[in-house]
Amino acid sequence: MLIGLFNNWIVVILMMIGLYIVIAHGNLIKKIVGLTLFQTSVFIFYISMAKVVGGTAPILADDIIQYSNPLPHALILTAIVVGIATIALALSLVIRIKAAYGSIEEEEIQRQDNQIQADKKERKQA
Amino acid sequence: MIDIVLLTLLLVVAIAIIRMKDLFAVIMLSGIYGLLSASFFVAMDAVDVAFTEAAVGAGISTLLMLVVITMTGRSENTTRHKPFPALLLVVITGGLLIYGTLDMPYFGSADAPVHSHVAPRYINDSMQEIGIPNIVTSILASYRAFDTFGELVVIFTAGVGVLALLSIVRRPIKGDKIAAVNDSMHEQHLVIRIVTKILLPFILLFALYVQFHGDFGPGGGFQAGVIFAAAIILYAMLFGLSTARIVINQAFIQLIAATGVLLYGCVGLVSLLNGGNFFDYNFLSNDAIAGQHLGILLIEWAVGCTVASVMIIIFFNFADYRERQLSNENQHNQESP
Repeated sequence: MLIGLFNNWIVVILMMIGLYIVIAHGNLIKKIVGLTLFQTSVFIFYISMAKVVGGTAPILADDIIQYSNPLPHALILTAIVVGIATIALALSLVIRIKAAYGSIEEEEIQRQDNQIQADKKERKQA
Repeated sequence: MIDIVLLTLLLVVAIAIIRMKDLFAVIMLSGIYGLLSASFFVAMDAVDVAFTEAAVGAGISTLLMLVVITMTGRSENTTRHKPFPALLLVVITGGLLIYGTLDMPYFGSADAPVHSHVAPRYINDSMQEIGIPNIVTSILASYRAFDTFGELVVIFTAGVGVLALLSIVRRPIKGDKIAAVNDSMHEQHLVIRIVTKILLPFILLFALYVQFHGDFGPGGGFQAGVIFAAAIILYAMLFGLSTARIVINQAFIQLIAATGVLLYGCVGLVSLLNGGNFFDYNFLSNDAIAGQHLGILLIEWAVGCTVASVMIIIFFNFADYRERQLSNENQHNQESP
């Protein structure tokens, strides 16, 4: 059982490390790295599901009987490239946040937002 | 056995990523993480996926993040946002997931449910139906061409999004041009520059090989696009943005990105007009197999064009934004004393 499910357990642990970084770390770049960890763990899950013991890469050739499952490969191949495109979008949002707030720490951004809210209220009361 | 070692290494790298405060180190580690997972994919027989992950996870994504931390700063704040509730949540979720894995079929078993539905048809019949040896390309470009079309549109949309967020129409301030910041390595790193100049044609040629050999071996439009873009980015890094902008016209590259998506959609439309279903390549030619070959060639080409140009657009916009920031700072510095 230990060897049979080892891949799945590593996937779960990697996924949770990614999730922890996304929740507990305030730095937006670090959060994005956490998201990529999470994302890659899903890739590892799919690819290890596709493996058949004794199988080989799914490229047809003579005198090969057993192939690994090609369907998860096709799904994950496109997912990787879509992943980098969406991460690039996230990074450009981070660049704009840095330009607007002067910081990419979540707490600093929250503090500035609260400050603006408080200022508005004060002005209304006055 | 090697996969267990690689997975353990992945775990070690992930733990190191949590503990590091220096974002430069974190990003380098995430590059190593990408390379390790690419090696793991090779061990799992997923050669196409490994190819993509090596080019994307270890290459382009590391590079893009490095460009971003030059603008946002490289150290992380040490305060944590509610670490103990987060840890509790993560442990509970992970525990439930591990409990869920107890019902999973064991690793590598040939009678797992995932191997029993549609996969046997791809493996047994794709040679007769599509006529190319690489089954992953058959699925990606023919059986599931509609999915791939959707994904290509997502990539294109992400490129448009980056343009919308970062690209500002340049207007000259009071008639004088924005001072170009020369951050190229033109004066230094002679060896790197010469080696790059020698290697560049081969990298581009390799990208084309990967593009057109994807039917027979690992490769295809996605990988080729990323490798092509990596070559252009390498050039831009070593010879400066202003030189690279002369080589790669931005309006042209944006046109190529849109043309790729259009070409892909048109292949579907032509097969529709010839009396088949959307993306049914059998109707592209009189001979079904020849039609499949033509269809796959065209859409792989479309994917390669869009992926390469979107990656180039993303990098150029990041670097462009940084250059503008630096030139603004320089102007401030000149005015203040």
